[in-house]
Amino acid sequence: MTEAALSKPPGAESDRLLIELQIPAQVDRIKLLRPGTEAAGRMCGLTETAARDVVLALDEACQNIILHGYKGRPDGTIAVALSCFADGLLIELRDTAPRIDPKRIEHRALSDIRPGKLGSYFMKTIMDRIEYLPAPGGGNLLRMFKRKDGWS
Amino acid sequence: MTETASEAANRRIVHLNGEVDLEHAPQIRKVLLGAVRQGGWVLVDMAEVTYIDSSGIACLIEALQEARKTGSDLALVAVNPQALRVLELARLDTVFAIFADLSRAVRTSA
Repeated sequence: MTEAALSKPPGAESDRLLIELQIPAQVDRIKLLRPGTEAAGRMCGLTETAARDVVLALDEACQNIILHGYKGRPDGTIAVALSCFADGLLIELRDTAPRIDPKRIEHRALSDIRPGKLGSYFMKTIMDRIEYLPAPGGGNLLRMFKRKDGWS
Repeated sequence: MTETASEAANRRIVHLNGEVDLEHAPQIRKVLLGAVRQGGWVLVDMAEVTYIDSSGIACLIEALQEARKTGSDLALVAVNPQALRVLELARLDTVFAIFADLSRAVRTSA
């Protein structure tokens, strides 16, 4: 039901919503999301490993927003919502940074062993689906879906 | 995150602790590059690492490359399952020499 979850308009239904909060777009605030994200993943039925993987994907997405969206500008914000559907966990991240071009998001080939450009690879590898959309009112909306084991 | 360095049997040991992430990457990078530039074996003790992200992985890769360039060696030690999972996702678990514990690492590295 990934398609159905992702096709919903921004803003999850309250009975599906597990966490909704906002952090300043600063690198030392990302860690505040980690315990809640792992707990939300477990509550939604993800395996322990999958829930930890999702923490990494969310972390990397926040890093990208801070470094490439806001370009390190400390006054931006990241709004985070995690919602549980029958088949998996939906993560929505909204920012007010200049609109990004999804085509310019790249990661390096894994055979090319060098520092950097791994964050988007982790996101793509861990999550089952990722969408970069324009946020209503400006900025960006990133929607990532992690399917539970046994759902296809 | 804290890091300390020590020596055992002429191996430099860098003990990483806590979150090896974007916030702490500049400090970790400096410590690791400083250690490998001294030559010989550098053992990175990761037993107390609670979290690692792509920035932390980048620090390890850069240190490994610097070690190869300067003729020193770098190995990871006591990598916990969570950190190992991230290395595996990046397919780096076969790129780094990894030892189960420090005593084995000190015995094996030569």
